[in-house]
Amino acid sequence: MKQQDIQLDSQGRLRHFLTIEGLKKQILIDILDTAENFSTVGTRNVKKVPLLRGKTIANLFFEPSTRTRTTFELAAKRLSADVINMNISTSSTTKGESLLDMLRNLEAMQCDMFVVRHGSSGAAHFFAKHVAPHISIINGGDGSHAHPTQGMLDMFTIRRHKPDFTALRVAVVGDILHSRVARSQIHALNTLGVPEVRVIGPRTLIPAEAESLGVHIYHDMQQGLKGVDVVIMLRLQRERMQGALLPSENEYYRTYGLSQKKLLLAKPDAIVMHPGPINRGVEIESAVADGPQSVILEQVTNGIAVRMAVMSMVLGRPSEETEAG
Amino acid sequence: MGIHIRNGHLIDPANQVDKKVDLFIEHGKVAAIGKAPAGFKAEQLIDASDRLVIPGIIDLQARLREPGLEYKATIKSETRAAAASGITTLCLPPDTNPIIDTPAVIELIHRRNEAAACAEIVTLGALTKGLAGDEISEMYELKRAGCVGVSNARAPIANTLVIRRAMEYAANFGLTIFLNAEDHSLSHKGCAHEGAISTRLGLPSIPEAAETMAVARLLMLVEQTGVRAHFCQLSTAKAVQMIHRAQYDGLAVTADVTAHHLYLTEMDIGYFDSNCHVMPPLRSQRDKAGLRQGLVEGTLNAICSDHQPHELDAKLAPFCESEAGISGLDTLLPLALRLADELDLKRSDVIARLTQYPAQILGLKTGQLAVGRQADICIFDPQQHWTVNHDNLVSQGKNSPFLGWEMKGRVSHTLLAGQVVFQR
Repeated sequence: MKQQDIQLDSQGRLRHFLTIEGLKKQILIDILDTAENFSTVGTRNVKKVPLLRGKTIANLFFEPSTRTRTTFELAAKRLSADVINMNISTSSTTKGESLLDMLRNLEAMQCDMFVVRHGSSGAAHFFAKHVAPHISIINGGDGSHAHPTQGMLDMFTIRRHKPDFTALRVAVVGDILHSRVARSQIHALNTLGVPEVRVIGPRTLIPAEAESLGVHIYHDMQQGLKGVDVVIMLRLQRERMQGALLPSENEYYRTYGLSQKKLLLAKPDAIVMHPGPINRGVEIESAVADGPQSVILEQVTNGIAVRMAVMSMVLGRPSEETEAG
Repeated sequence: MGIHIRNGHLIDPANQVDKKVDLFIEHGKVAAIGKAPAGFKAEQLIDASDRLVIPGIIDLQARLREPGLEYKATIKSETRAAAASGITTLCLPPDTNPIIDTPAVIELIHRRNEAAACAEIVTLGALTKGLAGDEISEMYELKRAGCVGVSNARAPIANTLVIRRAMEYAANFGLTIFLNAEDHSLSHKGCAHEGAISTRLGLPSIPEAAETMAVARLLMLVEQTGVRAHFCQLSTAKAVQMIHRAQYDGLAVTADVTAHHLYLTEMDIGYFDSNCHVMPPLRSQRDKAGLRQGLVEGTLNAICSDHQPHELDAKLAPFCESEAGISGLDTLLPLALRLADELDLKRSDVIARLTQYPAQILGLKTGQLAVGRQADICIFDPQQHWTVNHDNLVSQGKNSPFLGWEMKGRVSHTLLAGQVVFQR
């Protein structure tokens, strides 16, 4: 049973956080419960706990991002860790320096954790496979593969409003094909026991054999929204308008945008989520984004607590040698 | 210099030989089978008891990285690896640097091959100038310089008219055209088969239709132009059916499959194993079954290595950013042999797909061991087990998805034109 998952140490605890896929339900619950404990830190006068004092965390962002990087930075600082941010544009990395060379250089700076965001699927696994054993990797989003902290903060937000996952119907709407957020959400929802996960989108944006992820597929939004408890809207990247995936923003909004009228098809107490940043009038109507059912800003706040939880669980483990002895 | 191969079990599918018999080699050729010819003097005796003796293997596609990418591998390193695996002929596609589109490049390759003569290299000439897909190449000159066929390797030809003209022109000089069926608009920037795994891992994907569309288009033109065509490294069950149908209809088409597509599927990518990044991509379980079926039925005429050695760094990157390709020379024979255990194929049927049929496809006189033929010979112990690891791969490229696999069958001697070029 050992060595089964690169994410776990010999005691079955998280040593990297790369993807939600394959993690046991209990680990996800632990993350949510730990985050619950941290959620009040931000409301205190002194917004800090000393858990990771003396640890150094490097944010390695190979893709531009403000919000995700900021919430990772805040989470680390509230845990009293030292943080460095590195924005590395992939285009500027000359062919001479490989990703591995860069990794070795960063290791030499004696960090304890790398938060990695990269445009290629599998980048976080690649780092985890090759990094020195004392360094942990947190996936801050890799290509279209996974964005597990986003997935977990969404679960946290859902649980705050709908505590029983086993009684939920959840719809994820939009560009599933390119979305690492959707993949992480789907794995989390399935692991936490949600009986019905739906994905809604045009055929051009639903990946092949999507059913194998454990979801029901809808191409008609009206049908798909009927009776759901949670509506998760995905951000539509503007560049999808090229390459024959979609004809226009206008038509997308009409067919798959969330309007107040369409929201009426969901349960009356359904919540509306979005990982941000929002394209108002493209995937969601302003009145819905700012309306009473929207929990979009809560998601941002919760992101800090969830990232604190993951960082503290990964870095706060007693060392394996100590336990063995 | 006479060589006596004693007590071996000779399998020579082209001549329907499958029995224990002695072989006598003289002046680079097979001098006799069974009894020594009059006046034969053996300077060397090879005891082949409990061994199989087969014609030297002919690999329909191997990239040796020279000229152009000598930091990955060289003609010297890879012909040595070929010899260590019983391969005596390597067919080199034209996408070297410089590209094989002039006689000068062919001469260069042959000169370097003479200096490192562990295996014979035959070349495919570029179908279009610079493989750019715009203008047809000087095929007559390429043929005169020794090319055994023409190909555009994996480089696209967008313009159907150019393909048609190229086929007509190749047919004019009796050249076989080697086709890598890929619709580049459909494969786009993909790096994994479009299916459950690419969906799970969020990898840009290549649909089945990227291959079948191209096969359909090319078959129509083959039919119209009458060119002899060989389809390289098919990866989908559907494409095999299409080729089967074309053969049934009487078209002069043949096809091959790589050893790795007969064993691996998209599932083997696991969590982004870059050694499984290969073009065409590893397909579904169903495709693998279809390829195996095609091999049994004879639609797929040959098994090749599609050897692509890489330096270590080439695979040290996230899946799609790593370079595609597998180092396949070392594992070609044992993987092929295993098919005789797993499929409804006799051992001699498997050997034919490594020797007799590839020779026919390339128009070579080798691939068989009748008296008077060139003595390219592979001798191996079919029972010897070995486990693939970094150190026992002879190729300079260690990028094998079969690391850690147990193989059965190990080469003990390889002869090229009657010379022992390898013994273990």
